[in-house]
Amino acid sequence: MSDIRQQRNALTKRILEGAGQASFSERRAAFHNAGAADAVSSLVDKVARHAYEVTDEEIAAATASGLSEDGIFEIVVCAAVGQASRQYETALAALNAATDPAPGME
Amino acid sequence: MMRLRILDSGHGFGTKALFALIRAVSRQPVLDVIKLVKYRADFYGRPMSAITQEAMRGPSVWSVGDRELMAAIVAQTNRSEFCTKAHSAVAQQAYGDGKNVATFLSKLDTGGIPEPLRATLLMLRKLTREHAVNSDDMREVLASGASRQQIEDALAVCFSFNVIGRLADAFGFSVPDDDAFEAGAKYLLARGYR
Repeated sequence: MSDIRQQRNALTKRILEGAGQASFSERRAAFHNAGAADAVSSLVDKVARHAYEVTDEEIAAATASGLSEDGIFEIVVCAAVGQASRQYETALAALNAATDPAPGME
Repeated sequence: MMRLRILDSGHGFGTKALFALIRAVSRQPVLDVIKLVKYRADFYGRPMSAITQEAMRGPSVWSVGDRELMAAIVAQTNRSEFCTKAHSAVAQQAYGDGKNVATFLSKLDTGGIPEPLRATLLMLRKLTREHAVNSDDMREVLASGASRQQIEDALAVCFSFNVIGRLADAFGFSVPDDDAFEAGAKYLLARGYR
């Protein structure tokens, strides 16, 4: 059995709480796809929901807003990891619901 | 060129020397996915590679070929051309000639994939496409013969490639020719994702 719990916690902690150029709040907003600044909110949403639609212009617009390339790198990573995490946790909850005995059936 | 210049050319001296060595030995360009994991590796590359290595090469009832096929299905569902080609190539090399990965990918429902792999792949496709699955979906996979642990292992693969595929498309990985993917697949089978 593979077990990625520890590794996933380490990744999330690193990207959200470790050193970086984007602020903690910018990274958290990207991770949760909620409350990101106007300059990056559509980029963050696309990374989360249909990353194949991201365009050169959107990355350029984020740069033009004053973010460094390193900051954009961090924000995009946070958006991708956040969405994959929500999917993973939703699926694990569904698996738990499917395998736990129903109340009163223990 | 990727959309952020730092990912193409912002690496330190040692990493650039490593890239020159890879180009010389493999006679292939350095794949953008390698450039990404080597850029500020403490932020993304190292912690992410630890997850991917465990999911793809850690102990599991699923074979390496099965897990690479799962990665390819996730990538295909996300319409990530780079990752679909990359992991189709690894799955095909892992399976050998007895199975045709291209057929599996194009005919997931009817292409002769044995259970419980087929039901598991369908669940991963739904999770990736709709961002959610429910307990009925999970009961179907369990009924097809997958153990709880096999489903958890498959979800770990799904997590990894839902991250990587998004980054491939957001950063604009260039898609090289098939020879580069074949060389990459050989490397990933021999060395893993460390």
